[in-house]
Amino acid sequence: MAFFLETLFGGLMSGMLYALIGLGFVLIFKASGVFNFAQGAMVLLAALCMARFSVWIPAWFGFESKFLANLLAMIVTGAMMVVVAWAIERVVLRHLVNQELTTLLMATLGISYFLDGAGQIMFGSAVYAIDVGMPKDPMFLFEGMFEGGVLVNAEDMIAAAVAAALVGALALFFQYTATGRALRAVADDHQAAQSIGIPLNRIWIIVWAVAGLVALVAGIIWGSKLGVQFTLSTVALRALPVVILGGLTSVPGAIIGGLIIGVGEKLSEVYIGPMVGGGIEVWFAYVLALVFLLFRPQGLFGEKIIDRV
Amino acid sequence: MSREKRIGEVVLDLQHISLAFGGVKALTDISFNVREHEIRAIIGPNGAGKSSMLNVINGVYTPQQGAIEFQGKSFAKMNPRRAAEMGIARTFQNLALFKGMSVLDNIMTGRNLRMKSGILAQAFRWGPAEREETAHREVVENIIDFLEIQAFRKTPVGRLPYGLQKRVDLGRALAMEPRMLLLDEPMAGMNVEEKQDMCRFILDVNDEFGTTIVLIEHDMGVVMDISDRVVVLDYGKKIGDGEPDNVRNNEDVIRAYLGVSH
Repeated sequence: MAFFLETLFGGLMSGMLYALIGLGFVLIFKASGVFNFAQGAMVLLAALCMARFSVWIPAWFGFESKFLANLLAMIVTGAMMVVVAWAIERVVLRHLVNQELTTLLMATLGISYFLDGAGQIMFGSAVYAIDVGMPKDPMFLFEGMFEGGVLVNAEDMIAAAVAAALVGALALFFQYTATGRALRAVADDHQAAQSIGIPLNRIWIIVWAVAGLVALVAGIIWGSKLGVQFTLSTVALRALPVVILGGLTSVPGAIIGGLIIGVGEKLSEVYIGPMVGGGIEVWFAYVLALVFLLFRPQGLFGEKIIDRV
Repeated sequence: MSREKRIGEVVLDLQHISLAFGGVKALTDISFNVREHEIRAIIGPNGAGKSSMLNVINGVYTPQQGAIEFQGKSFAKMNPRRAAEMGIARTFQNLALFKGMSVLDNIMTGRNLRMKSGILAQAFRWGPAEREETAHREVVENIIDFLEIQAFRKTPVGRLPYGLQKRVDLGRALAMEPRMLLLDEPMAGMNVEEKQDMCRFILDVNDEFGTTIVLIEHDMGVVMDISDRVVVLDYGKKIGDGEPDNVRNNEDVIRAYLGVSH
């Protein structure tokens, strides 16, 4: 039982991280109806920037404090993600208003390659570490109930809490504020949104900036777990099944989808894996997504696609 | 007070508007004006350029030639946002509602330009932002009452029948408290009863709020009944302009609509 719980917790934790990346996809999809292929590149860029500046800043100004260095690096990176959002709107999106969604989709693919390249030119392509001082010690829960307790990573617990808070805040923001409403309006219909005076340009900057900040959080957490390297960009693709499962338009969906996939991966690997020679973790998420696409294409919480005939 | 007396000065003046898409001429040298408080109709057969005309006024299309004068200010080109800021609202021929959102939310988006509180104030629900939201909500509730769609407040508009969706579209435009309302075929695809309702709403908006209305319509009967003056377009050219009775007897108009015996 303790082993089962351990696996379950492990799954929930990695699920939270998937959810965090999935959230970035959902944000942009909600506001522009486009699947943003560049989300992974944004995570990588944010993580690279964070990793480098947290080393550079103390070197430039000659201080030791780790906390201060991380804080400043976070602010610099946050600012950079806002600038990136502004630039993307200015250079790319502005010219694609009222275009086919496929056109926008291809544009995000282009942005993705550009950000991948630009990040590595600016910050180098070596493997870096991010150390925001998250506790690495394992914790033991329920020691009274099971012999030896259940082993949980303190780092994972914190990461999960941060992700949950972020998701909650964004869900409320979308549902209950005027700006959130405007964001949803833009997602539904560009032309109509313009006709009632919603400034498309500003909405896009806001949404890409928020997606950039979510990417920063995801980048810091993933980066401090696995190190910052190019593969971070492809980790984002593991979050693809998460949003298909949860529904591309649903913020809570991203988190539930993330949890289901995180847990499913770990449990199936441990319990079904031995029967088929292992390796389930690699494809489990994609097969699940495929099944969903067949039977419930809008995902668990997505807006139902209603067609009038 | 009779309707004629309420009608005021020219608010919108279109001068020699020409619009082409590549080699296709959508509009050729069209001039007409709209007076304050009047109901002005644009009619014409399919492909006559009616919707293009509306899109020019609203700033979606930029004409290659001609000038637009709105409330005494002249523009070579408009854009939809500026049009909205100056008090021009519109509805769409092929419904452009925010389908996933509720009726209430859809109409609330119409208040967007009038919301002053910043994004952070909204996020943290600071007092003024909260009060502002409540005030706007009141206006929107009035519109919902006016359009008699109270029962569907929370329904996602995608689930409503077509006639009601058209009302929501009108409601969203009304929420802007516009000076001028552009209606793109407000009665297309409706049954007789729905058409009568819509006519009533249009006349009430015009009477009660004094909103100037420019509308495109296919149904000749409806147009002749409710409009003060009518412009007739055919193949992107203006072939008639005047009061409904005048237009009805205009030879060119009859030819365009009914064909003519040779």
